[in-house]
Amino acid sequence: MTGAATAYEDGDPHHLRGMQGSGVGHPGPAPKRIVTGYGFWIFILSDIIMFSALFATYAVLLGQTAGGPSGRELFELRNVAIETALLLISSFTCGLATIAADMRNQLWFHVTMALTCALGLGFLAIEANEFASLVARGAGPTRSAFLSAFFTLVGCHGLHVFAGILWLLTMMAQVVAKGFRADIQRRILCFALFWHALDIIWIAVFTMVYLLGSAS
Amino acid sequence: MTSQYEHAGHRPDVAPGDEHDEGGGSVLQRVAVYSIGLALAILLTATSFFIAGTDLVWQPSIPVALIVLAIAQMGVHLVFFLHITTGPDNTNNVLALAFGVLIVVLVMGGSLWIMANLNQNMMPTDHMMQMQR
Repeated sequence: MTGAATAYEDGDPHHLRGMQGSGVGHPGPAPKRIVTGYGFWIFILSDIIMFSALFATYAVLLGQTAGGPSGRELFELRNVAIETALLLISSFTCGLATIAADMRNQLWFHVTMALTCALGLGFLAIEANEFASLVARGAGPTRSAFLSAFFTLVGCHGLHVFAGILWLLTMMAQVVAKGFRADIQRRILCFALFWHALDIIWIAVFTMVYLLGSAS
Repeated sequence: MTSQYEHAGHRPDVAPGDEHDEGGGSVLQRVAVYSIGLALAILLTATSFFIAGTDLVWQPSIPVALIVLAIAQMGVHLVFFLHITTGPDNTNNVLALAFGVLIVVLVMGGSLWIMANLNQNMMPTDHMMQMQR
Protein backbone atom coordinates (compact mmCIF):
# COMPACT_ATOMS: atom_id res chain seq x y z
CA MET A 1 0.00 0.00 0.00
CA THR A 2 2.87 2.36 0.76
CA GLY A 3 4.21 1.71 -2.75
CA ALA A 4 0.91 2.81 -4.25
CA ALA A 5 0.85 5.88 -2.08
CA THR A 6 4.30 7.05 -3.17
CA ALA A 7 3.65 6.15 -6.79
CA TYR A 8 1.42 9.19 -7.25
CA GLU A 9 4.13 11.50 -5.98
CA ASP A 10 6.61 9.94 -8.44
CA GLY A 11 4.43 10.92 -11.39
CA ASP A 12 2.94 7.45 -11.76
CA PRO A 13 -0.82 8.10 -11.68
CA HIS A 14 -1.72 4.65 -12.99
CA HIS A 15 0.10 2.89 -10.16
CA LEU A 16 2.14 0.81 -12.60
CA ARG A 17 4.92 0.41 -10.08
CA GLY A 18 2.51 -0.95 -7.53
CA MET A 19 1.82 -3.89 -9.84
CA GLN A 20 5.20 -5.53 -9.34
CA GLY A 21 3.76 -8.41 -7.42
CA SER A 22 0.95 -9.08 -9.89
CA GLY A 23 3.09 -10.49 -12.66
CA VAL A 24 3.71 -7.31 -14.67
CA GLY A 25 7.29 -7.62 -13.52
CA HIS A 26 8.62 -4.31 -14.80
CA PRO A 27 8.70 -1.24 -12.58
CA GLY A 28 7.34 1.56 -14.72
CA PRO A 29 7.61 2.16 -18.45
CA ALA A 30 10.79 0.92 -20.14
CA PRO A 31 13.37 3.36 -21.50
CA LYS A 32 12.65 4.58 -25.02
CA ARG A 33 15.66 2.75 -26.49
CA ILE A 34 14.20 -0.58 -25.35
CA VAL A 35 10.70 0.23 -26.60
CA THR A 36 12.03 1.34 -30.00
CA GLY A 37 14.39 -1.59 -30.35
CA TYR A 38 11.74 -4.08 -29.32
CA GLY A 39 9.20 -2.63 -31.73
CA PHE A 40 11.70 -2.85 -34.55
CA TRP A 41 12.56 -6.42 -33.50
CA ILE A 42 8.86 -7.28 -33.94
CA PHE A 43 8.94 -5.68 -37.40
CA ILE A 44 12.02 -7.73 -38.35
CA LEU A 45 10.35 -10.93 -37.20
CA SER A 46 7.27 -10.12 -39.30
CA ASP A 47 9.57 -9.41 -42.24
CA ILE A 48 11.14 -12.83 -41.72
CA ILE A 49 7.64 -14.35 -41.69
CA MET A 50 6.95 -12.66 -45.04
CA PHE A 51 10.17 -14.19 -46.36
CA SER A 52 9.09 -17.60 -45.04
CA ALA A 53 6.04 -17.37 -47.34
CA LEU A 54 8.35 -16.65 -50.29
CA PHE A 55 10.60 -19.55 -49.25
CA ALA A 56 7.58 -21.86 -49.04
CA THR A 57 6.48 -20.72 -52.51
CA TYR A 58 9.95 -21.39 -53.88
CA ALA A 59 10.16 -24.82 -52.26
CA VAL A 60 6.74 -25.81 -53.62
CA LEU A 61 7.55 -24.59 -57.16
CA LEU A 62 11.10 -25.99 -57.18
CA GLY A 63 10.27 -28.78 -59.61
CA GLN A 64 7.93 -26.78 -61.87
CA THR A 65 10.49 -25.85 -64.49
CA ALA A 66 8.07 -26.21 -67.45
CA GLY A 67 10.79 -27.91 -69.47
CA GLY A 68 13.13 -24.99 -68.84
CA PRO A 69 16.49 -24.97 -67.08
CA SER A 70 16.69 -26.12 -63.46
CA GLY A 71 18.72 -24.56 -60.69
CA ARG A 72 21.60 -26.97 -61.15
CA GLU A 73 22.16 -25.78 -64.71
CA LEU A 74 21.85 -22.08 -63.85
CA PHE A 75 23.56 -21.35 -60.54
CA GLU A 76 27.22 -20.42 -60.32
CA LEU A 77 28.34 -21.24 -56.80
CA ARG A 78 31.54 -19.20 -57.11
CA ASN A 79 29.53 -15.98 -57.43
CA VAL A 80 27.28 -17.01 -54.56
CA ALA A 81 30.31 -17.64 -52.36
CA ILE A 82 31.62 -14.13 -53.11
CA GLU A 83 28.18 -12.63 -52.40
CA THR A 84 28.03 -14.53 -49.10
CA ALA A 85 31.49 -13.33 -48.09
CA LEU A 86 30.63 -9.71 -48.93
CA LEU A 87 27.42 -9.76 -46.91
CA LEU A 88 29.04 -11.56 -43.97
CA ILE A 89 31.92 -9.08 -43.74
CA SER A 90 29.47 -6.18 -44.11
CA SER A 91 27.58 -7.55 -41.12
CA PHE A 92 30.86 -7.50 -39.17
CA THR A 93 31.69 -3.92 -40.17
CA CYS A 94 28.12 -2.92 -39.30
CA GLY A 95 28.76 -4.33 -35.82
CA LEU A 96 31.94 -2.25 -35.60
CA ALA A 97 29.92 0.82 -36.63
CA THR A 98 27.53 0.11 -33.74
CA ILE A 99 30.46 0.09 -31.32
CA ALA A 100 31.84 3.31 -32.84
CA ALA A 101 28.41 4.93 -32.45
CA ASP A 102 28.29 3.89 -28.79
CA MET A 103 31.78 5.36 -28.34
CA ARG A 104 30.64 8.52 -30.19
CA ASN A 105 33.61 8.25 -32.52
CA GLN A 106 32.70 10.05 -35.75
CA LEU A 107 35.75 8.91 -37.73
CA TRP A 108 35.41 5.18 -37.03
CA PHE A 109 31.66 5.35 -37.44
CA HIS A 110 31.98 6.80 -40.94
CA VAL A 111 34.85 4.49 -41.93
CA THR A 112 32.99 1.33 -40.90
CA MET A 113 29.66 2.52 -42.33
CA ALA A 114 31.36 3.36 -45.65
CA LEU A 115 32.92 -0.13 -45.68
CA THR A 116 29.50 -1.65 -44.98
CA CYS A 117 28.03 0.40 -47.82
CA ALA A 118 30.77 -0.63 -50.25
CA LEU A 119 30.35 -4.32 -49.39
CA GLY A 120 26.58 -4.05 -49.75
CA LEU A 121 26.95 -2.36 -53.14
CA GLY A 122 29.37 -5.11 -54.23
CA PHE A 123 26.77 -7.70 -53.24
CA LEU A 124 24.07 -5.89 -55.22
CA ALA A 125 26.35 -5.54 -58.26
CA ILE A 126 27.06 -9.29 -58.37
CA GLU A 127 23.39 -10.08 -57.89
CA ALA A 128 22.29 -7.67 -60.63
CA ASN A 129 24.92 -9.17 -62.91
CA GLU A 130 23.61 -12.67 -62.18
CA PHE A 131 20.01 -11.63 -62.87
CA ALA A 132 21.00 -9.92 -66.12
CA SER A 133 22.91 -12.96 -67.35
CA LEU A 134 19.98 -15.25 -66.46
CA VAL A 135 17.56 -13.06 -68.42
CA ALA A 136 20.02 -12.88 -71.32
CA ARG A 137 20.18 -16.69 -71.40
CA GLY A 138 16.39 -16.86 -71.69
CA ALA A 139 15.94 -17.87 -68.06
CA GLY A 140 14.06 -14.79 -66.92
CA PRO A 141 11.21 -14.79 -64.42
CA THR A 142 8.66 -15.46 -67.18
CA ARG A 143 10.28 -18.74 -68.26
CA SER A 144 8.81 -21.04 -65.60
CA ALA A 145 7.11 -21.07 -62.23
CA PHE A 146 10.42 -22.13 -60.68
CA LEU A 147 12.20 -19.08 -62.09
CA SER A 148 9.33 -16.76 -61.08
CA ALA A 149 9.68 -17.98 -57.51
CA PHE A 150 13.48 -17.69 -57.69
CA PHE A 151 13.43 -14.09 -58.91
CA THR A 152 10.75 -13.12 -56.39
CA LEU A 153 12.62 -14.58 -53.42
CA VAL A 154 16.16 -13.51 -54.26
CA GLY A 155 15.00 -10.20 -55.76
CA CYS A 156 13.03 -9.40 -52.61
CA HIS A 157 16.16 -9.94 -50.53
CA GLY A 158 18.11 -7.75 -52.98
CA LEU A 159 15.48 -5.00 -52.61
CA HIS A 160 15.88 -5.21 -48.84
CA VAL A 161 19.65 -4.80 -49.20
CA PHE A 162 19.07 -1.80 -51.49
CA ALA A 163 16.72 -0.22 -48.95
CA GLY A 164 19.28 -0.97 -46.24
CA ILE A 165 21.97 0.89 -48.19
CA LEU A 166 19.69 3.94 -48.59
CA TRP A 167 19.05 3.82 -44.84
CA LEU A 168 22.79 3.45 -44.18
CA LEU A 169 23.58 6.60 -46.20
CA THR A 170 20.78 8.43 -44.38
CA MET A 171 22.31 7.48 -41.04
CA MET A 172 25.76 8.69 -42.11
CA ALA A 173 24.25 12.02 -43.18
CA GLN A 174 22.25 12.33 -39.97
CA VAL A 175 25.30 11.67 -37.82
CA VAL A 176 27.16 14.40 -39.72
CA ALA A 177 24.27 16.83 -39.41
CA LYS A 178 23.00 16.06 -35.91
CA GLY A 179 25.74 14.13 -34.13
CA PHE A 180 25.17 11.15 -31.83
CA ARG A 181 21.92 12.33 -30.27
CA ALA A 182 19.80 9.81 -28.42
CA ASP A 183 17.25 9.55 -31.24
CA ILE A 184 20.01 9.08 -33.82
CA GLN A 185 21.51 6.35 -31.64
CA ARG A 186 18.13 4.58 -31.62
CA ARG A 187 17.99 4.76 -35.41
CA ILE A 188 21.49 3.32 -35.64
CA LEU A 189 20.40 0.48 -33.35
CA CYS A 190 17.42 -0.26 -35.62
CA PHE A 191 19.57 -0.06 -38.74
CA ALA A 192 22.07 -2.53 -37.27
CA LEU A 193 19.21 -4.92 -36.41
CA PHE A 194 17.92 -4.62 -39.98
CA TRP A 195 21.32 -5.21 -41.58
CA HIS A 196 22.11 -8.25 -39.40
CA ALA A 197 18.65 -9.67 -40.12
CA LEU A 198 19.32 -9.38 -43.87
CA ASP A 199 22.42 -11.49 -43.40
CA ILE A 200 20.40 -14.11 -41.52
CA ILE A 201 17.89 -14.24 -44.38
CA TRP A 202 20.75 -14.57 -46.85
CA ILE A 203 21.96 -17.69 -44.96
CA ALA A 204 18.59 -19.25 -45.69
CA VAL A 205 18.74 -18.07 -49.33
CA PHE A 206 22.18 -19.43 -50.14
CA THR A 207 21.46 -22.70 -48.36
CA MET A 208 17.95 -23.39 -49.66
CA VAL A 209 18.17 -21.85 -53.11
CA TYR A 210 21.76 -22.20 -54.23
CA LEU A 211 23.42 -25.03 -52.29
CA LEU A 212 20.40 -27.35 -52.06
CA GLY A 213 19.42 -26.34 -55.60
CA SER A 214 22.73 -27.40 -57.05
CA ALA A 215 23.28 -30.40 -54.77
CA SER A 216 20.02 -32.22 -55.40
CA MET B 1 15.22 3.80 -10.73
CA THR B 2 17.97 1.29 -10.05
CA SER B 3 16.70 0.65 -6.56
CA GLN B 4 13.31 -0.19 -8.06
CA TYR B 5 14.93 -2.75 -10.38
CA GLU B 6 16.88 -4.30 -7.56
CA HIS B 7 13.73 -4.46 -5.50
CA ALA B 8 12.00 -6.36 -8.30
CA GLY B 9 14.81 -8.91 -8.16
CA HIS B 10 16.02 -8.80 -11.76
CA ARG B 11 17.98 -6.64 -14.13
CA PRO B 12 16.20 -4.28 -16.55
CA ASP B 13 15.50 -5.55 -20.04
CA VAL B 14 17.85 -4.75 -22.90
CA ALA B 15 16.85 -3.73 -26.39
CA PRO B 16 17.41 -6.37 -29.07
CA GLY B 17 20.83 -5.72 -30.59
CA ASP B 18 22.20 -4.23 -27.37
CA GLU B 19 24.72 -6.02 -25.24
CA HIS B 20 23.57 -6.43 -21.67
CA ASP B 21 26.69 -5.02 -19.99
CA GLU B 22 26.17 -1.54 -21.37
CA GLY B 23 29.34 0.42 -20.72
CA GLY B 24 30.84 -2.51 -18.85
CA GLY B 25 32.67 -4.12 -21.73
CA SER B 26 35.64 -2.37 -23.27
CA VAL B 27 35.85 -1.66 -26.98
CA LEU B 28 38.32 -4.50 -27.46
CA GLN B 29 36.02 -6.97 -25.74
CA ARG B 30 33.10 -5.90 -27.88
CA VAL B 31 35.14 -6.11 -31.08
CA ALA B 32 36.29 -9.55 -29.94
CA VAL B 33 32.66 -10.72 -29.68
CA TYR B 34 31.99 -9.66 -33.27
CA SER B 35 35.29 -11.22 -34.41
CA ILE B 36 34.43 -14.57 -32.82
CA GLY B 37 31.04 -14.41 -34.51
CA LEU B 38 32.65 -13.62 -37.86
CA ALA B 39 35.15 -16.48 -37.50
CA LEU B 40 32.43 -18.99 -36.59
CA ALA B 41 30.20 -17.77 -39.42
CA ILE B 42 33.03 -18.06 -41.97
CA LEU B 43 33.81 -21.56 -40.71
CA LEU B 44 30.17 -22.67 -41.05
CA THR B 45 29.73 -21.01 -44.45
CA ALA B 46 32.92 -22.57 -45.80
CA THR B 47 31.78 -25.97 -44.53
CA SER B 48 28.40 -25.50 -46.24
CA PHE B 49 29.96 -24.64 -49.58
CA PHE B 50 32.49 -27.46 -49.26
CA ILE B 51 29.86 -30.07 -48.42
CA ALA B 52 27.57 -28.97 -51.26
CA GLY B 53 30.21 -29.76 -53.86
CA THR B 54 32.03 -32.75 -52.39
CA ASP B 55 31.82 -36.46 -53.11
CA LEU B 56 33.50 -37.36 -49.83
CA VAL B 57 30.31 -37.77 -47.80
CA TRP B 58 27.28 -39.98 -48.29
CA GLN B 59 25.20 -38.06 -50.83
CA PRO B 60 21.69 -38.40 -49.26
CA SER B 61 23.02 -36.82 -46.06
CA ILE B 62 24.04 -33.59 -47.79
CA PRO B 63 20.67 -31.73 -47.68
CA VAL B 64 20.24 -32.48 -43.98
CA ALA B 65 23.83 -31.40 -43.27
CA LEU B 66 23.31 -28.15 -45.17
CA ILE B 67 20.12 -27.35 -43.25
CA VAL B 68 21.78 -28.11 -39.91
CA LEU B 69 24.77 -25.91 -40.82
CA ALA B 70 22.43 -23.07 -41.87
CA ILE B 71 20.48 -23.24 -38.60
CA ALA B 72 23.76 -23.29 -36.66
CA GLN B 73 24.96 -20.21 -38.53
CA MET B 74 21.69 -18.39 -37.86
CA GLY B 75 22.26 -19.16 -34.18
CA VAL B 76 25.78 -17.74 -34.38
CA HIS B 77 24.46 -14.55 -35.98
CA LEU B 78 21.69 -14.20 -33.38
CA VAL B 79 24.07 -14.62 -30.46
CA PHE B 80 27.18 -12.77 -31.64
CA PHE B 81 25.72 -10.08 -33.92
CA LEU B 82 22.22 -9.48 -32.57
CA HIS B 83 23.13 -10.32 -28.94
CA ILE B 84 19.99 -12.36 -28.38
CA THR B 85 20.80 -14.41 -25.30
CA THR B 86 18.93 -16.57 -22.85
CA GLY B 87 19.64 -14.15 -20.01
CA PRO B 88 16.83 -12.83 -17.79
CA ASP B 89 17.15 -9.37 -19.37
CA ASN B 90 16.36 -10.82 -22.80
CA THR B 91 13.14 -12.73 -22.09
CA ASN B 92 10.91 -10.49 -24.22
CA ASN B 93 13.27 -10.62 -27.21
CA VAL B 94 13.59 -14.40 -27.05
CA LEU B 95 9.83 -14.90 -26.66
CA ALA B 96 9.15 -12.71 -29.72
CA LEU B 97 11.78 -14.67 -31.64
CA ALA B 98 10.26 -17.97 -30.54
CA PHE B 99 6.84 -16.86 -31.78
CA GLY B 100 8.36 -15.78 -35.08
CA VAL B 101 10.10 -19.14 -35.48
CA LEU B 102 6.81 -20.91 -34.71
CA ILE B 103 5.01 -19.03 -37.50
CA VAL B 104 7.89 -19.61 -39.93
CA VAL B 105 7.86 -23.35 -39.21
CA LEU B 106 4.06 -23.48 -39.60
CA VAL B 107 4.10 -21.56 -42.89
CA MET B 108 6.96 -23.51 -44.44
CA GLY B 109 6.23 -26.95 -43.05
CA GLY B 110 2.49 -26.61 -43.64
CA SER B 111 2.89 -25.43 -47.24
CA LEU B 112 5.34 -28.19 -48.13
CA TRP B 113 3.23 -30.85 -46.43
CA ILE B 114 -0.03 -29.81 -48.07
CA MET B 115 1.45 -29.32 -51.52
CA ALA B 116 3.32 -32.65 -51.42
CA ASN B 117 0.10 -34.33 -50.37
CA LEU B 118 -1.83 -32.68 -53.20
CA ASN B 119 0.83 -33.64 -55.71
CA GLN B 120 0.57 -37.25 -54.61
CA ASN B 121 -3.22 -37.43 -54.60
CA MET B 122 -3.87 -35.48 -57.78
CA MET B 123 -1.46 -37.20 -60.11
CA PRO B 124 -4.02 -37.76 -62.92
CA THR B 125 -4.84 -34.03 -63.10
CA ASP B 126 -1.16 -33.24 -63.11
CA HIS B 127 -0.60 -35.59 -66.02
CA MET B 128 -3.53 -34.11 -67.85
CA MET B 129 -2.22 -30.60 -67.41
CA GLN B 130 1.16 -31.66 -68.71
CA MET B 131 -0.47 -33.24 -71.76
CA GLN B 132 -2.35 -30.03 -72.48
CA ARG B 133 0.84 -28.01 -72.68
